[in-house]
Amino acid sequence: MNRRSRVGKVRKIKVTVEGGWVFHTLTFSLYNIQEYSMLKYIGLRLIHSLFVLFGLSLLIFFIARVMPGDPARVALGPLATEEQVQKLREEIHLDKPFPVQYYYWLRSLLKGDLGRSLYTKRPIVKDLNEYLPATLELVLCSFIISLVFGQVTGVLAGYFRNSWFDGLSRLVSYIGVATPSFVMAIFLLLVFSHILGFIPAVGRISIILRPPPRVTGFIILDSLIAGQFKVALNGLKHIILPALSLAVAHIAQEGRVTRSSIVDNIQKDYVATHVVHGVPTRSVIFKYLLKPSLIPTVSIMGLDFAFIIANAFLVELVFMWPGFARYAVTVMLNKDLNAIVAVVLIVGATFAIVNLIVDIVVSFLDPRIRLQRRGG
Amino acid sequence: MAGKDMKSNRVYAKRVNISKSWYKFSRNPLSVLGLTVLIIIVLAAILAPYITPYPEHAGPYTNFPESGQPPNLRHFFGTDTVGRDVFSRVIFGYRFSLLLAVVVISLSVPLGIILGLIAGYTKRKWLEIGIMRITDIFLAVPPLVLALAITAMLSPKLLNQMMAISLMWWPWYCRLVYSVTSSLRNEYFVHDAELTGARKGFIMIRSILPNCVGPILTKITLDMGFVIILGASLSFIGLGVQPPKPGLGTMVADGAKRLPAEWWMTVFPALAIVLVILSFNLIGDGLRDMFAVEEI
Repeated sequence: MNRRSRVGKVRKIKVTVEGGWVFHTLTFSLYNIQEYSMLKYIGLRLIHSLFVLFGLSLLIFFIARVMPGDPARVALGPLATEEQVQKLREEIHLDKPFPVQYYYWLRSLLKGDLGRSLYTKRPIVKDLNEYLPATLELVLCSFIISLVFGQVTGVLAGYFRNSWFDGLSRLVSYIGVATPSFVMAIFLLLVFSHILGFIPAVGRISIILRPPPRVTGFIILDSLIAGQFKVALNGLKHIILPALSLAVAHIAQEGRVTRSSIVDNIQKDYVATHVVHGVPTRSVIFKYLLKPSLIPTVSIMGLDFAFIIANAFLVELVFMWPGFARYAVTVMLNKDLNAIVAVVLIVGATFAIVNLIVDIVVSFLDPRIRLQRRGG
Repeated sequence: MAGKDMKSNRVYAKRVNISKSWYKFSRNPLSVLGLTVLIIIVLAAILAPYITPYPEHAGPYTNFPESGQPPNLRHFFGTDTVGRDVFSRVIFGYRFSLLLAVVVISLSVPLGIILGLIAGYTKRKWLEIGIMRITDIFLAVPPLVLALAITAMLSPKLLNQMMAISLMWWPWYCRLVYSVTSSLRNEYFVHDAELTGARKGFIMIRSILPNCVGPILTKITLDMGFVIILGASLSFIGLGVQPPKPGLGTMVADGAKRLPAEWWMTVFPALAIVLVILSFNLIGDGLRDMFAVEEI
């Protein structure tokens, strides 16, 4: 009797605890202030990004129009007659005042039309559709490389701080940060393609291979989808040098940032507690130390991504990568105004999206930021 | 309270003590090395017409019989496709790179500081928001892309390159100064100055600006390196120093067409770029340590 009642009591307590927990989660999911504020925050950020892109388009449009030189004349060349130039001017609304021009341009942008190239007369959207995937493939690849290697070197250097590995990684990072990516590209090209000769120098895949049917525009992914592993391997071989030359500076930088934040965190009491409790070193590092230490690294990642895109402009030239950046440089050298505006906007939009993602990831890594937002 | 008072005293006590600062700076041997290398580079660039073996090679000069020589005792870095001494051209190339960096920094830093101070200190919300949103717009694209677009739309010249990069560079300083200023706006020493009837300009320059000096100086040295990278990148595309003048980026681009056989035409200018940026970065690290110690 006595025993039974005790069991009952225990069960009752257990139920209340569980019930409390269920109640707690329910209230949180029903009135999920946390997620609600996150959504609100994302919404605000989106509005901010749209505003910035709008301002950017206004700025670049303004610069493009006040520049000396008549775009219509530039487009048609010196041999065109005055009448032809006048006709083109009317066609692309160059004869109207600046705000009207901008209005026309914005109206067609909202329909998803970025206008036509002044040179090739091709729709710019079509060009972008053709070239953008190649660059995105390259940039993503190099982003992944810099992420993985940056974290690994950072964690190792932070854990074995002041060892030979730390010294070596510091030396490499000094050189890596000081080497512009196009110089790195040339060095890698010289060493791996020309001297050692086991990596092809230019292009996305070898000329003798047929590119896979286009699904995503990423050659490696497409050939995997089509089951052509040989093509995928070939594509991988081609992408490794350009991606690496874009990534080196960021490996160095992210490595240093991760190292210093690991060094900061490793002295904290909770790490000592884990070590004293006999938690294996590996899980101390990867389970408890890495997550808070990732926050500064992830926060600079948006900027890193932007710089990788910018540097791709040069690296694509070195490796003759048929991508967006090479297209961008060509239109810029041709003073193809419509295309320049489009290119700058695309880069700005990519940057804005990446920054938004980075912010969301950071707030998931750092509960304090989430909670702060809940307050305000 | 004590903390606040100490902070306000710090501002007035912050007379630059050169020997103390130098001691802190020199504790990092790498920074001293960087400074030494930089001084050598700057001296070499300034004295280029007198110390380079072939100063006339920095212009439209051809000497076809000596073209394409690998590095030797007469030409330390070899000769290029028309027989010009690569070593002399690299030293002259430093002139343009350093000039670019100095001009860009001296144009963009004051602008950034002034706008940052105004945005951080002003009590007019619209002014603050206005300046900072314009800053955001400039920071929405990597500087290389917009500088590239602007230089291309103007004409490819060193002057236009300088203008374009300066236009892209002030927002970083504006944001830096803004963040320091807006955090100091409500400190006691600022209120003190306001109560004594100091003018706004005086408060901004004498009370707030000294607190920004550390981060600004550190950023300037690091940015010198970045600006040189940016300039070299633009000239690599062909939008900077125009041939026959020797730009480092232009030389790398020209030489890259002749890889791998005539590697010296590319490798030495490329290493020269790396060296100057490395020395700026090392100095920047030393400065950061110097100011960081002072903060505590």
